[in-house]
Amino acid sequence: MAEQELKYLLFLGCVIPYRVSSYEVSTRKILDKLGVELVEMPEFTCCGLPLDPVNHDMMLGLAARNLALAEQQNLPIMALCNGCFGVLNHTNKELKEDKKLREKVNEHLKEIGAEFKGTTTVKHLIHVLAEDVGFEKIEKTIKKSLNPLKVAVHTGCHVMRPSKYIGSDDPENPTLLKKLIRLTGAETLDYIDENECCGNPIIGVNSEIPLQLARHKLGNIKAVKAHALITVCPFCHMMYDLHQPRIERTFNEKYGIPVLHYPQLLGLAMGMSHEELALKELRVKASELLTLL
Amino acid sequence: MLRTTEMDPKFKYEISKTPGSEKLMLCFQCGTCTADCPIARFTDSYRPRKLVRMVQLGLKDRALSDDSIWLCTSCFTCVDHCPQDVGTAEVVRALRNLAVKERPMPRVYKELSSAIRKTGYAYEIPQLRLRQREEKGLPPLPKGDVESVRKLFKATSFSKTIEEEEE
Repeated sequence: MAEQELKYLLFLGCVIPYRVSSYEVSTRKILDKLGVELVEMPEFTCCGLPLDPVNHDMMLGLAARNLALAEQQNLPIMALCNGCFGVLNHTNKELKEDKKLREKVNEHLKEIGAEFKGTTTVKHLIHVLAEDVGFEKIEKTIKKSLNPLKVAVHTGCHVMRPSKYIGSDDPENPTLLKKLIRLTGAETLDYIDENECCGNPIIGVNSEIPLQLARHKLGNIKAVKAHALITVCPFCHMMYDLHQPRIERTFNEKYGIPVLHYPQLLGLAMGMSHEELALKELRVKASELLTLL
Repeated sequence: MLRTTEMDPKFKYEISKTPGSEKLMLCFQCGTCTADCPIARFTDSYRPRKLVRMVQLGLKDRALSDDSIWLCTSCFTCVDHCPQDVGTAEVVRALRNLAVKERPMPRVYKELSSAIRKTGYAYEIPQLRLRQREEKGLPPLPKGDVESVRKLFKATSFSKTIEEEEE
């Protein structure tokens, strides 16, 4: 059987270029090493998720427009953000199944000369790594085992739930990201309430509750003495990294837990330098962690 | 106390015709959604089970003016756990969508809507960040297709909601 072509339309989304470019930098580095080709899509816009709370039709319109553009390229979409993945994947599957809804959305798309046909697929970075690239190929690129590292894992909601639209991992006991982490030689630590939401989606409405949620999680992670927390979503990452000093100030506690994007961890195991992986852009410095390697 | 005059018997149908909320009437108030909700754990003010009941009873004004509808993070735990497949988070989203047609939306959504209409992205990305991309060896960010986005705002009538907000 011919090897599957590893070529994807990169769906960067809004928040990664706005605030979390270390995720993009490190992702591009590791995918290049793995022979994954990324096609830039200048025509993409916001995925639609931010407008779902205020106008579901508008979310569907934006998502379907992005999907229709991908269909024209005849390539699958790869999203780095859990939110973008969730909304594009959900919309793609829902519109494929629901003819009435598809007709309604296509009425809106007609205004801009686009049509949703239902011929593309949407994947998140971790699906591309685990299912398309495969563990074996990743293992071959590992040069330096991260053996002394013990890390906690936060997969994030929209890459797992609603499970009837995703189904590649068990939201009650997610293992996909853990398996990817173990390839680097790092150990994954279990902790209480591991699968709970980061809270970031409502921080613009109410900051107090998400900070409490994140504090609860950081406390549980500290309790198992993890050297770092690993994420695969810019929103979850912001909650634990960018807001960590604020959480420490608010509750007068000290965590000091570096939060790495999974590609940064994998890149270190591939032998890349911390400069290449933009580790200095993290709010909570990872310098102590680097001395362990 | 509930008054029958407060109840709008058609409200439940208004909600249940929106995608994902079709099984609203199957909710038997077991409370799994509230029990498993990460937000309900940290605040007494958000109770998804109660919001679904308000809709079933037709308490339209109460439900739409209840600020707690904005506290759902859409983690979809309730959607996955509901024994009746009610899609609670989708019911909450339907409430929000109706609420913004009658009253001001939380400021953050005004900002997101206006950035998307103006640039195609949820945030206006500062020039400095664009220059930094170049320094980091990242490809330039494309200009969003603003014209198409604006047309979609019109086609879905969302532009009306936003223009009323701006007035």
